[in-house]
Amino acid sequence: MSAATAVLNPRLTAATTGRVLRQLRHDHRTIAMMVLLPSLLLGLLYLLWRDVPSLPGQPSVFDRVGLTMLGIFPFVVMFLVTSIAMLRERTSGTLERLLTTPLSRLDLLLGYGLAFGVAAAVQALVTVTVATTVYDLEVAGSLWLVVLIAVVDAVLGVALGLLASAFARSEFQAVQFMPVIVLPQFFLCGLLVAREQMAGWLQAVSDVLPLTYAVEALQEVGRSAAETGTMWRDVGVVAGAAVLALALAAATLRRRTS
Amino acid sequence: MADAVTVTDLVVERGRRRVLHDLSCAVPAGRVTGLLGPSGSGKTTLMRALVGVQRVRSGEVTVLGEPAGSPGLRARVGYVTQSPSVYPDLSVRENARYFAALYGRGARAADDALAAVGMTDAAGQLVADLSGGQRSRASLACALVGEPELLVLDEPTVGLDPVLRVDLWDRFHALAGAGTTLVVSSHVMDEAGRCDRLLLLREGRLLADLTPGELRADAGTHDLEEAFLTLVRRGEEVAA
Repeated sequence: MSAATAVLNPRLTAATTGRVLRQLRHDHRTIAMMVLLPSLLLGLLYLLWRDVPSLPGQPSVFDRVGLTMLGIFPFVVMFLVTSIAMLRERTSGTLERLLTTPLSRLDLLLGYGLAFGVAAAVQALVTVTVATTVYDLEVAGSLWLVVLIAVVDAVLGVALGLLASAFARSEFQAVQFMPVIVLPQFFLCGLLVAREQMAGWLQAVSDVLPLTYAVEALQEVGRSAAETGTMWRDVGVVAGAAVLALALAAATLRRRTS
Repeated sequence: MADAVTVTDLVVERGRRRVLHDLSCAVPAGRVTGLLGPSGSGKTTLMRALVGVQRVRSGEVTVLGEPAGSPGLRARVGYVTQSPSVYPDLSVRENARYFAALYGRGARAADDALAAVGMTDAAGQLVADLSGGQRSRASLACALVGEPELLVLDEPTVGLDPVLRVDLWDRFHALAGAGTTLVVSSHVMDEAGRCDRLLLLREGRLLADLTPGELRADAGTHDLEEAFLTLVRRGEEVAA
């Protein structure tokens, strides 16, 4: 009953993924924002640094920051979207109803993860295309790897969003989990201050935050034409953190409530 | 007739407040059992216990031979919450098809369920654009689609016009005729007359378990509202 590893039924997971995507399809404005907003914001960063000279032999600031942002946008957007979507399930009574059907908790959560993973893939394809063609973002490695990292990052955002929504009683609370979960990871991920320059304890905190690894993976792809072992290890860490967060979310999702 | 549900000494607490006090009752199989009582009497809490989403303090709830909430029961029990729990940002048909898929059924079953509640014409509309009554019916269709053996309906006729209400009660009896057990809550006593059996709840206690005919005879009045009040007063006199 309390086991988070309840049976998994791929058919029910797929039905749930389809349902979440169908909900999204009816919401044109959300789709437009999801697909276009990261590109527009990246454009703003591009204009911001366009006329700032970079040090000789160093990548331009935009190449460094822009690339990192390709991992941060999907993480933040999917975290927010998912925590609100899950809270809606809770407050509208659909969650309670789902829990009386053969759908397992893991089916439900994976269904969400896959649906928003697909949405993130579309978002990443558009953003990477715009960044490299319109804003001349220089990436040494494969652009497909950038898309892959963005998707894994989005799934991490989904998983943490699902977990966070378990602790939110209202939309107001859910929205405020965003800065709690996202901002510390952003501050310490190595973009604002290189990790080697952080105080030892901050570096230790940074070591256990999954976004750190996503950013490092992107920097590896940006720097090196060949795939590096560090990059794959980092992708593995982010994926592992996502799986862990999903398992925790399933464990905190109570079938019986008072 | 065997019982589809047996509840033994059920105690439910919410915070410090005791919502159900050592409640024991049974629901006969293949019948429409009405759960009646004023709002706050514990109807919804009892229904949530039947479908296994209510945390209980003590007592036993057995549904179709298994403890309430067992994984094996989830395909056999359908639950319709009081406020319509369907996705407002999906069409009626998309909602029905999703719940059909969860019960391992196809698009055909979804269309049949929508026809059963008279929602075929509105199938393409977004739930958000529907009236309250239409939403309730869409929500009901999403439970009918699984063809459950036990159907637990929390105030399914609230906000429906009289014609539709009669239609739905006919549908409930047709389902019972085909072997489905129904538990239907209501706070409208004139619906009590449509049930095969009544469980009258008051302040978390079972006031009576009888047929509408027995209730009328017992209270000596044809009016069920009046009969219910007579029972309440009688209970208070005993307590005093």
